[in-house]
Amino acid sequence: MPDLGPIMPEIVLTVLALLVLVADLVIKRTETIGLMSIIAAAVVAYTMQGAQGVAFNGMFISDGYSMFFKMIFILNLILTVLISVKYIKIVRVNFGEYYSLLLFSTLGMMIMASAGDLIVLYLGLELMALSVYILAGFIRYDMKSNEAALKYFLLGAFASAFLLYGTALVYGMTGTTDIRGIADYIARNGLANNQMLLLAMIFIAAAFSFKIAAVPFHMWAPDTYEGAPTSVTAYMSVGPKAAGFAVIGRVFLVAFAGLKVEWSAILIPIAILTMGVGNIVALSQTNIKRMLAYSSIAHAGYALLGIIAGTPDGMASVMVYMLVYAFMNIGAFAVIIMLRSGDFKGENITDYEGLAKSHPLAAGLMLIFMFSLTGIPPTAGFMGKFYVFMSAIQAGYTWVVLIAVIFSAISAYFYLRIVMLMYFREPKETVELASSPAIGLALAVAVIGVLVIGIIPSAFVNIAKMAVAGF
Amino acid sequence: MEQTLINSMGSTMGFPILSTLIFLPVVGAALILLINRANESLAKWAALLFSVATFLVSIPLFTNFNKATHEMQFVEKHAWVPAWNINYHLGLDGISILFVLLSALVAILCVLISWNSVKMKSKEFFISILIVESAMIGVFCSLDFFLFYIFWEAMLIPMYLLIGVWGGPNRVYAAVKFFLYTLVGSVLMLVGIITLYLYAGRNFDIVALSKMILPYDMQFWLFWAFFAAFAVKVPMFPVHTWLPDAHTEAPTAGSVILAAVLIKMGAYGFLRFSLPMLPEASRAMSPVMIVLSVIAIIYGGVICLAQTDLKRLIAYSSVSHMGFVTLGIFAMNVQGMEGGILQMLNHGIVTGGLFLGVGAIYDRTHTRQISDYGGVASVMPIFSAIFIIYTLASIGLPATNGFVGEFLILLGGFRASQWAGVLSASGIIIGAGYMLWLYQRVFFMETNQKVVGLADVNAREMAALLPMVVLIFWIGIYPTDFLGFMHESVRHLLERVNDGSARGISVAHNVFESLK
Repeated sequence: MPDLGPIMPEIVLTVLALLVLVADLVIKRTETIGLMSIIAAAVVAYTMQGAQGVAFNGMFISDGYSMFFKMIFILNLILTVLISVKYIKIVRVNFGEYYSLLLFSTLGMMIMASAGDLIVLYLGLELMALSVYILAGFIRYDMKSNEAALKYFLLGAFASAFLLYGTALVYGMTGTTDIRGIADYIARNGLANNQMLLLAMIFIAAAFSFKIAAVPFHMWAPDTYEGAPTSVTAYMSVGPKAAGFAVIGRVFLVAFAGLKVEWSAILIPIAILTMGVGNIVALSQTNIKRMLAYSSIAHAGYALLGIIAGTPDGMASVMVYMLVYAFMNIGAFAVIIMLRSGDFKGENITDYEGLAKSHPLAAGLMLIFMFSLTGIPPTAGFMGKFYVFMSAIQAGYTWVVLIAVIFSAISAYFYLRIVMLMYFREPKETVELASSPAIGLALAVAVIGVLVIGIIPSAFVNIAKMAVAGF
Repeated sequence: MEQTLINSMGSTMGFPILSTLIFLPVVGAALILLINRANESLAKWAALLFSVATFLVSIPLFTNFNKATHEMQFVEKHAWVPAWNINYHLGLDGISILFVLLSALVAILCVLISWNSVKMKSKEFFISILIVESAMIGVFCSLDFFLFYIFWEAMLIPMYLLIGVWGGPNRVYAAVKFFLYTLVGSVLMLVGIITLYLYAGRNFDIVALSKMILPYDMQFWLFWAFFAAFAVKVPMFPVHTWLPDAHTEAPTAGSVILAAVLIKMGAYGFLRFSLPMLPEASRAMSPVMIVLSVIAIIYGGVICLAQTDLKRLIAYSSVSHMGFVTLGIFAMNVQGMEGGILQMLNHGIVTGGLFLGVGAIYDRTHTRQISDYGGVASVMPIFSAIFIIYTLASIGLPATNGFVGEFLILLGGFRASQWAGVLSASGIIIGAGYMLWLYQRVFFMETNQKVVGLADVNAREMAALLPMVVLIFWIGIYPTDFLGFMHESVRHLLERVNDGSARGISVAHNVFESLK
């Protein structure tokens, strides 16, 4: 019997997710199911305390690094459940499976963050991806939602195939799928210039780029984000992206540490294209979910700078960035979700005209999230960007950062357009807000997160730094 | 230690006076937020109370400041983000102190002049004013580069809202333009700041950074990175185009804040960062900066002659006047620099006053077109008297503050380069032309139908307009009270900039030297 301590949170989550699935058969009120999944998340967070260590001969690593990401996933899960409770009723998909799928996909992400082996990584990635495919198509009667799921599934299947092919090549070259083993083998045998390994790395980079929606593997994102239920859009703009960065960190900074020069040469153009396409195409969007999809692409580009830096500080900056992004992006989606009431979709950016007059509090919160996404102090978005830019400059990539800040300034235009519509225009029609205590709580958590990290980031930076130190 | 020594020099008995100045307006803004919308008229009283209180707290700075040293005074220092070695570090020297006082004063006047003119969302309006005030004071007090950047950027949010929500017809365009111009400049500076910070071994301390010697190449690139932010803010030619739109479309209080304080932050940035941290690059680039300044002086002035909009004319006159300021700073001698700093203050007072005056009359007529006016002197004699004082101070008539500042700058400018002195002196003549012509078209000539029967300024408006008049004559007649603050700091700064031991004097500088 191996020591199951390190993997205990995942075991607990598996059991609880199955329980939630079964409970759905007996409990008719879906709010109760939602509450159960929040409790499940809290229990998992609690069990994570003692779960330091390595299990299954290094296939599963529970260290500070993975825990930091797991906390982001659990935060993402709880906030998503809070904003979903009312929303899934309004869009008439009020089924208990929704919550168990959220739990299963979070389980997948947690396994990804802890993967010490490419096969375990693949298992986690597939569990996450399959659950999210279903969630994306959860509004069964809506063609757009179906389209979202199908697109995501088809392109996701390609990405999985790339990952498997890359893994197979790596195995062929090094004889192992263990992440540290790969690094050791490459170092021992001087394989840094090996063409086959380079090819494998390109395949793996493509697969991960798909998960974080980096250009040119971003094509699915706008359609999927637009068509998926808004709560799921919020969920998958944060969770899978953070999970993607968690595995990128492990695979590129550990397994392929010896090929830093090669993968920088691949990731730098990807990062620049991602920031460029994300920010520039977002300028012309009229649907706010689509706009935030492009914004989410752009943010993946900024975060990639931390990976490119390739230093412990760089990785820590990516982790802080993902945490910050979780707060501000789910916050923004929480406001968007409130606009959906009855058959009024509230997805056109013009629906925000005059919101400050009719709903000053919601508009004020949206303003904070938009400024945070732009990266204006004193919000968390600024601190996140600062840290990423600083690590990249320290690693000598000043010119890439110069490009990044220019795109960041361009992004101000489309984020500010929402603020402009809310504050500078008169309301055309009265917009009803579908508010609920749950959404209120989610918004409160998000805005406190954005302001606290924006004003006193020290604690979070230190935790991220410590987490990276042991990795 | 050094710390306690400095504290005792700016004797405030350990009372965190600068933090109080920064956060008192924020407290006021938070209280206004809590005011019920039914009692919205309370908002302006609260704003007045807190802006006056802030000003009163700032008075000990004026009286207790030790003029005999260039060291930072009233220093406060606490660790803020230890992970990045960022400190909450505040302090004042002779260059920054006057602008803190000016910011505190301007906030009161802005509240007074907006008393009845802001009808929509007045709660949010006064919150924005107070937050801008606190960010402005924060910018001038910061001794940590990161903290400075936070205040510098945080100010964009309330200014954007002030212009966009309460501005004129073309306000949205002006607000977005203002925001984007400033943001592009600022983020380029951020890259520079981070580069400097890493080079200095993760240090944001402005005092320490001002003592470092950087390689010339690095100075060169940092100079232009900082230039991007500061030149946009000043605004220098050719990145001045946001200013006419923003000043024109902003509500009166917004124009006053922009003109009186916000654009000073650019010139202040050159004085606080570019010159002491990058002395060789600043010296090498000074010919370029002087050329840009002279272009701004003349071009800004000539454009004023063609304006038909009151606020737009005054806005372009700012481009011209700020050209004098940058000319003085980059003349790199005592007269030029002291004149430049004094002229920053003067321009804040005079142009702030002009915008207050325009605001007072705009409240009555709701038009900014010069052609809609005429003969105002016959219906509003007191107002006309006050406005002529502003006008003459703007031209730089002796006995007004404008004369002292421009005279010193021209003196410094001539010493640096004769042709720059000659050309910029012509700017004063153009200035007299457009300001007097403006005064004539608005206040004399035939009485326009639109101004018939206008009431003269009331007590509240007088309270908003008169402090600037007092300052105009105070500085104009006895400038020593104000120049005295800056002697030591300017001397110290020039020592640093003109340090003979500094290396890497460029070819451009030598060419420039030979022109003299």
